[in-house]
Amino acid sequence: MASYDVIIIGGGPAGYNAGIRAGQLGLKAAVVEKRGTLGGTCLNVGCMPSKALLHASELYEAAAGKDFATLGIEVKPTLNLVQMMAQKAESVTQLTKGIEFLFKKNKVDWVKGMGKITGPGKVEVTAEDGSTALLEAKNVVIATGSEPSGLPGVVVDNKRIVDSTGALSLPEVPKSLIVIGAGIIGLELGSVWRRLGAEVTVIEYLDRITPGMDAETAKTFQRSLTKQGMKFKLGSKVTGAKTSKTGVSLTVEPAAGGEAETLQADYVLLAIGRRPYTFGLGLETVGVELDKRGFIPTDHFKTSAPGVWAIGDAILGPMLAHKAEEDAVAVIEMIAGKYAHVDYDLVPSVVYTAPEVAWVGKTEEQLKEAGVAYKAGKFPFTANSRAKINHETDGFVKVLADAKTDEILGVHMIGPQVGEMIGEYCVAMAFKAASEDVARVCHPHPTRSEAGRQAAMGVEGWTMQA
Amino acid sequence: MADIMTPALGESVTEATVARWAKKPGEAVRKDEILVELETDKVSLEVAAPADGVLDSIAAEEGATVEPGALLGRVTEGAAAAKPAAAPAPKAEAPKPAPAPAPAAAAAPLAPSAQRIVAENNLDAAAIAGTGKAGRVTKGDALAALEARAAAPAAAPAPSAPREIHEREQRVRMTRLRQTIARRLKEAQNAAAMLTTFNEVDMTNVMALRNQYKDVFEKSHGVKLGFMSFFVKSVVQALKHVPDVNAEIDGTDIIYKNHYDISVAVGTEKGLVTPVVRDADAMSLADIEKAIGALGKKARDGQLSMEDLQGGTFTISNGGVYGSLMSTPILNPPQSGILGMHKIQERPMVVNGQIVARPMMYLALSYDHRIVDGQGAVTFLVKVKEAIEDPQRLLLDL
Repeated sequence: MASYDVIIIGGGPAGYNAGIRAGQLGLKAAVVEKRGTLGGTCLNVGCMPSKALLHASELYEAAAGKDFATLGIEVKPTLNLVQMMAQKAESVTQLTKGIEFLFKKNKVDWVKGMGKITGPGKVEVTAEDGSTALLEAKNVVIATGSEPSGLPGVVVDNKRIVDSTGALSLPEVPKSLIVIGAGIIGLELGSVWRRLGAEVTVIEYLDRITPGMDAETAKTFQRSLTKQGMKFKLGSKVTGAKTSKTGVSLTVEPAAGGEAETLQADYVLLAIGRRPYTFGLGLETVGVELDKRGFIPTDHFKTSAPGVWAIGDAILGPMLAHKAEEDAVAVIEMIAGKYAHVDYDLVPSVVYTAPEVAWVGKTEEQLKEAGVAYKAGKFPFTANSRAKINHETDGFVKVLADAKTDEILGVHMIGPQVGEMIGEYCVAMAFKAASEDVARVCHPHPTRSEAGRQAAMGVEGWTMQA
Repeated sequence: MADIMTPALGESVTEATVARWAKKPGEAVRKDEILVELETDKVSLEVAAPADGVLDSIAAEEGATVEPGALLGRVTEGAAAAKPAAAPAPKAEAPKPAPAPAPAAAAAPLAPSAQRIVAENNLDAAAIAGTGKAGRVTKGDALAALEARAAAPAAAPAPSAPREIHEREQRVRMTRLRQTIARRLKEAQNAAAMLTTFNEVDMTNVMALRNQYKDVFEKSHGVKLGFMSFFVKSVVQALKHVPDVNAEIDGTDIIYKNHYDISVAVGTEKGLVTPVVRDADAMSLADIEKAIGALGKKARDGQLSMEDLQGGTFTISNGGVYGSLMSTPILNPPQSGILGMHKIQERPMVVNGQIVARPMMYLALSYDHRIVDGQGAVTFLVKVKEAIEDPQRLLLDL
């Protein structure tokens, strides 16, 4: 029986990072992954392929629409969907192979198969061919991630009604696509297909898009998407779906009650969120109980069973790859006897649409609800030279800081590639920086990052360029 | 790796300045070898190497302010041979030393906002407790420190920004001892209603006494007979007679002290210090001479401890050793009196209708008029004068 210091069940961002960190710290580690490739949802059917399509479709739209022509480039592009999908798959393969390389480099064993705890320190792995192997370890880390949530009455067949995985590989550009759920995944994938030519309608139960996003930012975001041609049906719930060979008809009711209506579309994308993937893990054999929503309850990643840990989407907290990565580093360092801490308040969120949306820390709504006195500084990209030159002036940067101490409490950005700009504020906030600290630091000109600085200046009323 | 830590600095002393490192990173050190000198408000102290090895790094550069328990540097144990100099810890940012509330932040530079607030308001960054990552001082911390200072009633006004240095000038940072002397002198002037009364004393008799017995005194006690012991004795007797001078003001109360611990001013290279001769009322002249001799040596060697400097009830200062003929000493708070001794000079005096040359010394008593009234002050000084002019009175407790 193979014996390890730590066995990690799941090879996604939580699991593979845990494996690498364990290897770095000299722990004998194995990662159990049932998928044929490492990288989990993120690399295989999540962040990575969706970004591949977002990038390609954005360029396609720029070429096909007015953007290129505005720049003096006149072309008539032809969409080759097969090639677009192939380049996506190629990138994904390279990335998953990269994880395999990192495993070898750090002496991490990849055990292929489905992992299941059979008792304290015991993990049984069932390979694809049905054979089983028993492993033992001092520590078991559950990093099994999450899967798309279902909706009663809407059965995902991944033909006409698809989840996020299916939406990454549609065989054709739909004439019409209905997205159920105005969250990040729905809006990103909806954007992909709209850019490629689909008429996209987004149905959302709440009366706003992207719950959790700062309300002012969300409003601006919705306006941008609407301008691009995306349609929104807010405050509506989907109660049923009928699939035919050529499309889907959805029954939609106002969330507040009222007349139901029927909507037709070639395809439907169900993207109402994700739920933890935590069943069938044998947790009952070590006495770990799931909470009502299927999450594994933990205290600093420790479950109720000694030597059993859980990280990533399987536990509470933002269901994001970079959060899972933080969990992974922390749990392994704790297993190795080091100090580790993850501050979920400093986990940034990014929506990779155009404009992008990025934020970290508290929203204005959260600060108001908590009764925190704050000051806001806001700077629009219309006043940023780089954005202006590039004809990408949608959006703004907003910095929220404590009214007394000036400590930055939240930063909300919408605009061109702001996902690349939020990291600066993550660092600043980790050091409890004041808005003035960012305002007094030299930023390169001309860059979009100057908007971040000007917004910081705005907190204390000395924005200079607007 | 052994840490070199800032030792306990004595009661009521919260920080020290790193005065000098005897070694550079990379140099070999022996256990108990003096590695670094610290200066506090009152004393200098030396910190020895915790182990044999090589000085690996310096965490608190010269000029940095440290608190007890703060990391000064590290020694790599064992390696006896000097290895190439390790990269020294980053220098504390000029012009302000790094904040040191948590040891980890000893060398952390200030955030831009905190730097501005500290510079604009002349705050001591080292004295601000940092709540940021690894104890760094955030803007909020700096603002809180500013607010706390504004709330303190006796806040010193911020001096103006450092002025330009001209060609033939030199800017030298005040030592912590000098800063403390400056601050305390000013505090004394601000707090007390200070004034000075003068008298003069004819030293003929006490000099005669000294000349007569100095050899036999030295032989039997192993210490020279000076005038200081006579003055200490006379002062103790005068204090007993005028207890107000030996008292201090505490808020709206007066605290009378029934012990006679005399601070004796001693000049050192770095400045004037006032170690204390304790229970001088219970000491013989020889005991007093010995005590003063020992304290003076400690002071000149920079070896005074906090205990040596605290708790005096009255001070004697002798400007005469430098040739001063007359001066107005400043109180040593919270004391209420200080006696100034001066140069002995032969002057024509009228004695029994005849003009004769007599060795004379002017005496000055500065006192806090809030607690000592004029009559008491003059009486005190006359008592000292009488005892010195007629030392037999000391014997008879007159």
